[in-house]
Amino acid sequence: MNIFIYDRTFEGLLTTVFDSYDLKIVPDVIVPKNNLQDSLFGNKIEIITDTVKAERVWNGLEKKLTDGACQLPYKAWLSEMKIEMLVYKFIRKVFETPFNIEKNYGDEHVLAIRQLNRKVTREACRTLEFLRFQKTTDNIYYASIAPPYNILPVIISHFEKRFTDQHWIIYDIKRHYGVYYDLQQTSEITLELNHVNTGTGRISNNAMGESEELYQYLWKDYFQSVNITERKNLRLQMNFMPKRFWQYMTEKQMLT
Amino acid sequence: MSLDIREKLKILANGAKYDVSCSSSGSNRSNHGKGLGNSVYAGICHSFTDDGRCISLLKILYTNYCIYDCAYCINRKSNDIPRAAFSVKEIVDLTINFYRRNYIEGLFLSSGVILNPDHTMEQLANVAKELRTKEKFFGYIHLKAIPGASYEIIKKAGFFADRLSMNIEIPTEQNLKMLAPEKDYRGILQPMQLMKEGIIESKEERRKYRTSKAFVPAGQSTQFIVGASPEKDQLILKVASGLYNQQKLKRVYYSGFLPVNEYDKRLPAIKEPPLIREHRLYQADWLMRFYKFDVNEIVDDLHPDLDLEIDPKLSWALRNPWLFPIDVNHADYEMILRIPGIGVRSAQMIINARRYGKLSVDKLKKIGVVMKRAKYFITCSELPPAVKDLKPEAIRTKILTEALVPVKKIQKPVQLQLYFG
Repeated sequence: MNIFIYDRTFEGLLTTVFDSYDLKIVPDVIVPKNNLQDSLFGNKIEIITDTVKAERVWNGLEKKLTDGACQLPYKAWLSEMKIEMLVYKFIRKVFETPFNIEKNYGDEHVLAIRQLNRKVTREACRTLEFLRFQKTTDNIYYASIAPPYNILPVIISHFEKRFTDQHWIIYDIKRHYGVYYDLQQTSEITLELNHVNTGTGRISNNAMGESEELYQYLWKDYFQSVNITERKNLRLQMNFMPKRFWQYMTEKQMLT
Repeated sequence: MSLDIREKLKILANGAKYDVSCSSSGSNRSNHGKGLGNSVYAGICHSFTDDGRCISLLKILYTNYCIYDCAYCINRKSNDIPRAAFSVKEIVDLTINFYRRNYIEGLFLSSGVILNPDHTMEQLANVAKELRTKEKFFGYIHLKAIPGASYEIIKKAGFFADRLSMNIEIPTEQNLKMLAPEKDYRGILQPMQLMKEGIIESKEERRKYRTSKAFVPAGQSTQFIVGASPEKDQLILKVASGLYNQQKLKRVYYSGFLPVNEYDKRLPAIKEPPLIREHRLYQADWLMRFYKFDVNEIVDDLHPDLDLEIDPKLSWALRNPWLFPIDVNHADYEMILRIPGIGVRSAQMIINARRYGKLSVDKLKKIGVVMKRAKYFITCSELPPAVKDLKPEAIRTKILTEALVPVKKIQKPVQLQLYFG
């Protein structure tokens, strides 16, 4: 059994594809480094991430697929599920078929990649909808997220385009990293979350900026007032707005 | 008038909530300089109320004082409710601060009619102007065009807003006159027509000069109240179809009538809003907009009302059994769209995927086709089991009973009893 070990980066995964061609060895499993269980016995091959190799695989994808479809393996990979082999098989299939196969939904790998891609994209879209900023005393707008997939890289550009004239932080509490926009550019950060309640995502009262609390109350009031009680339909609400998001949503929290 | 802002917001949001529209789609105003906001063409919902409706915009009234007395409206003059009015600054502050916190996509501003329609429209236009020019706000703005306001003022508002809408509410003039004596069709349809011409003109203009200002880029919409007057679905859908085809409206909304006015003899006494009928109307509306159906295919003189038990597409298919089964591996896109159980997304995937090879039932299922309904209407490389030669009535009963099969009740484990006779 051939076990390929990579460093849990997308470049690493692309390098794996390259090396597999290079070594003429087909992996049976591809696992991230720290997930390796020693009980797995077999031929272990450690992949050393190489941007040049990764680039070559990526360029190959770009040649064979349309621009939109090149994102498919990347977004599927962001799901952080055990799909390395799927991505591998998909990329090999793309390379080894003389024509473009991105729309062959009758093929199991193409369909699976597309469906994963949809899951990740959907989660990202919902985060755009349900993420809530709170203004801090430093005039930074802070938001907590804890998505099931690692969607932060996908959503940054949306917020960069939208909130150009305010400082903001989006912080993934689950994965312990975030991004900070300082009016010029966005950079990755890690924070000591001293002023954030990780259960509710809320910043503590003394870190809240002026009138932040008032606007939270106003938003809650508004949320209650636009509801038409005669049409109550909680299932429909939950279809559109799954409960896992409620935790960090201002309108669904008890304000103290 | 010294209500605090929280009270005002409650009152004026409550007064606006019966307007169904809350979409923020159709505009791609983008933030070039360092302003605030950016519109997303597809629109974004930011929350969902307990009734399952999306909250995309801050939907409020400028004021709920009103000189009109429309029977179906909660803000009518004769209704005894608390009244309030915002100042321009209050609305602007609310919008900007909600937007910065990612609560909303923008503002939907409507109003009761104060003094006269022109004056009211002017106020709405001012709020939009303030947001765009002073605050450099690039989010979505939906303004209500006040029926009866002069076109000059509506036009002014249209250069700041993304969408303008004017609610027809009642689909026939005669019933409108009865329920809303101060309104008439002319005051609604004429500005609608002028706005349509304005939109076309502005599009032409922008094709020539990219910098010229966009006029109502996200188009117009309107709303009908369903169930407040005795019109049949056929009539409502025909009017809607006309609005889509001739007035080029972007959306028509249907709002199931809620008893907001119990003592008025002009209105029917109903206990619950006609939610299923409303749902079927939306389905029919979708058929006209995305499935290339003509209104006369959905409802006709023999079937003036939509079937409440089954969706309009299935209902159409059962009335036209000779068109089926359809071969998904060969039929045109238009025909595949018409198969019950296949939506726009599946239809497109089928068209793409069949270029690579024949599709079987199994693959169709994986693609996302609802075989529960589709199996009666298709053939593919591998024939779906049974169901050939079923009469429409039989299919109908089958689909209905299959949908009704209750989820298996989990039985509590019971200790078996042993009898030793």
